[in-house]
Amino acid sequence: MDSVGNIILYFVVAIVMVISAYLAVTTTKILRAATYLLFSLICTAVFYFQLGYQFLGAVQIAVYAGGIMVLFVFAIILTHKPNEKSAPLLAHRKFTGIAASVVGAALLLVALFKMPLVKGISLSQAIAYGGPQLTMHDIGTALVGSEKFQYLLPFEAVSVLLLACIIGGVVIARKK
Amino acid sequence: MDISILWYLVPSILLFACGVYGFITRKNMIAMLISLELMLNSADLNFVIFNRYLFPGSMEGMIFTLFAIAIAAAETAIAIALIINIYRAIGNTNVTDIKEMKF
Repeated sequence: MDSVGNIILYFVVAIVMVISAYLAVTTTKILRAATYLLFSLICTAVFYFQLGYQFLGAVQIAVYAGGIMVLFVFAIILTHKPNEKSAPLLAHRKFTGIAASVVGAALLLVALFKMPLVKGISLSQAIAYGGPQLTMHDIGTALVGSEKFQYLLPFEAVSVLLLACIIGGVVIARKK
Repeated sequence: MDISILWYLVPSILLFACGVYGFITRKNMIAMLISLELMLNSADLNFVIFNRYLFPGSMEGMIFTLFAIAIAAAETAIAIALIINIYRAIGNTNVTDIKEMKF
């Protein structure tokens, strides 16, 4: 049995998340689309907090809502005139989009409700089964350890990837 | 009333459907990238949900999402560098106007 506060929080966050995602892909002004995306990402972070992964929620806010959104806003300001509206959608493109998303979502929902393993536990039970809360010590040991269920190699691979990304970004965006 | 796993998976599906719709209908590359982020975000959310409900004792889904967020940041930075370069070459960022690989 979950607390009433958790349920209310869930409904508020889920509704805001889906509505802002819908507005992000339908609004005609691109800067507004970026802002709606920001709301959607923050709502996802609230879900992470609610599911008991505080560190992940903090990373989501810092990297996605902080870093990536700043990149988006800079790119939009550099490549668009103020108040520029996007061209109206072509009918066949709109039809394809609606068909693909509705059919895809319907198939996923059917598969989801037919899935046997979802008849189960509530959020508070799941958090209780998880044992004590994850500490930073656990996450740190898992990230830089080299034993089973520890992730030193991916961690280093990501660091090399980020270096490659920095160099690649400079090379690509440099003026000739 | 219990918050079961379905309660979290349904908004995630809707988020993904919004992303698909935007990716197909938009012509502006930045708007397409925004739709892509929505889809990626819904996949990340799924990892965490399944981790919490089906394997509450471990944290593999969370670690996977951490790496996915790092890679998404790298991917977005490169994509935006490419978009700015395209804007310099042809003056706008519509995918339909990009017809040559080398200018």
